[in-house]
Amino acid sequence: METILEINQLHKTYGALTAVDHISFKIKKGHVYGILGPNGSGKSTTLGMVLNVVNPTSGEYKWFEGSTSNHDALKRIGAIIERPNFYPSMSAIQNLELVCKIKNIDKSKIEEKLAVVDLLNRSHSKFSTYSLGMKQRLAIASALLNDPEILILDEPTNGLDPQGIRQIRDIIQKIASNGTTILLASHLLDEVEKVCTDVIVLRLGKMLYAGPVDEMNRNHGSIFIDASDRKALHSFIENKPYAGTITTHDNGLEVKLYEPVDNAQINKDAFESGIILSKLVHRKQSLEDQFIELTNKN
Amino acid sequence: MKRLLDIEFHKFRYSKSSIVLTIIYLVIVVLMMLSGMIRIDLNGFNGSFSDLGIFNFPLVWHISTYFTSFLKIFIAIVLVSLTANEYSNRTIKQNLIDGLSKKELILSKLYLALSLAILTTVVVFIASLILGLIYSDFDEPSIIFSQMGYLGAFFLAHLVFFCFCLFAGILVKRSAFALGFVFVWYIFEGILNLLAKGVDTFYDTHIYEWLTHILPLNAMSNLIKQPFTKIDLVESALNQISVEGMDFGYDIEWIDVASVCIWSTLFIYMSYALLKRRDL
Repeated sequence: METILEINQLHKTYGALTAVDHISFKIKKGHVYGILGPNGSGKSTTLGMVLNVVNPTSGEYKWFEGSTSNHDALKRIGAIIERPNFYPSMSAIQNLELVCKIKNIDKSKIEEKLAVVDLLNRSHSKFSTYSLGMKQRLAIASALLNDPEILILDEPTNGLDPQGIRQIRDIIQKIASNGTTILLASHLLDEVEKVCTDVIVLRLGKMLYAGPVDEMNRNHGSIFIDASDRKALHSFIENKPYAGTITTHDNGLEVKLYEPVDNAQINKDAFESGIILSKLVHRKQSLEDQFIELTNKN
Repeated sequence: MKRLLDIEFHKFRYSKSSIVLTIIYLVIVVLMMLSGMIRIDLNGFNGSFSDLGIFNFPLVWHISTYFTSFLKIFIAIVLVSLTANEYSNRTIKQNLIDGLSKKELILSKLYLALSLAILTTVVVFIASLILGLIYSDFDEPSIIFSQMGYLGAFFLAHLVFFCFCLFAGILVKRSAFALGFVFVWYIFEGILNLLAKGVDTFYDTHIYEWLTHILPLNAMSNLIKQPFTKIDLVESALNQISVEGMDFGYDIEWIDVASVCIWSTLFIYMSYALLKRRDL
């Protein structure tokens, strides 16, 4: 599979502060990547370095397997960083025309992309009159102008209201379904969970994990069970090989699973041991739980 | 180069303040042309500027370039705000992310400075030519097109000033402070000049003379020297007084030309080095 970006031991310090600590990973074509990390974990600095606006202290990165110079590679990608940056006195169209000139591409796509982000009716208003949500959508339109091979989004829903967040998320999902490679940096986990296939987890500039979302913590979620005889249920379940820690809640027991197990099998085993389950629910671990667990462990 | 100019003029065209200031510049140049026609009635003296012979070829080249020189501050404000606003709107970051290299970014600004310097020179050339054709007592082509060096000097003086402003914009990042920086630098050169004059009188050295060639703004204003004593009326008056040691040079000195060329290059290079080193 084609590698779009390869980062090798990238390192950045600001004085005594280490913002990014020897990070390496690869971005493959066709996947949707999420960079996860709390505020200040080095997400934006990492993106800034590969986008040629922050000078790395050491390490290197290669776009498109090193086939083009960095700034020519940037013409083939689309990126928005932190907040939308445009010329306030120009209209949406004039701003996008400028981007076309910089990227050396034809202006014919401007209307099409403005339609994607639902800004056509305001395309002649000055950028300074836009709301934050509109500015962010214009930024996405601008990033899509060249039909990029990879779209990089840094906190695209930052500061937006719920409606705005939903709009941006829908746009991202639409783009992802077209097969565009996406790299999405965010601290909003459900945002990442909904669209990403792969994640890179950063904390304090160190990379904790890089790989598919499902394999982040090798666990299999948990089951919620209940029966009229709680004690018997407890002693039954704790002897099973797949059962991990058991937590007692008001409405039943939560059992972490060590290995994949079929709900029907549990039901059958329980019945054969003389316990009749009144409740049996399997729940996958949310990305948030996985993330908290992973960042606590390290 | 065409692409970079296209990008830069796109930014220029849609910036209201740039357009307004450029129009103010052009209006003032035209007004100054018209001022030649004003007749003054003062204590029985009746005449106009044109009667002083200041619009005679080739003196008009010297006079007009000298008097329109101070107007470059308008264009400089345009350049400073265009550059510094790239920082405050963070569009400089977006330009880089969109695929402009840092070198191209500086080059595009340099091209804009060059074009504006050429533009102002052409405007002043045309204005002076028209004034001269109307009022000059001489109209042989060989006289009209003599001493055109002043226009070259005018161009160089503008170029070095624009490059200086570009550098100030990139260094300081805020347009108001960048203009302040240019002004403070101007005062700084003035203080150095005074100090040098003081030292010269006490120790019989020639520091001041060197400073006028070495410091960028000094060299810039030294390119085109004052033309007053060349005006017939003033000249004849001075001749009557015939003060000893009064010796005025009007020629453009090569050392100043070299100095402003070196400074222009330095300002552009320093802007590039600054941008390259900086994290945006």
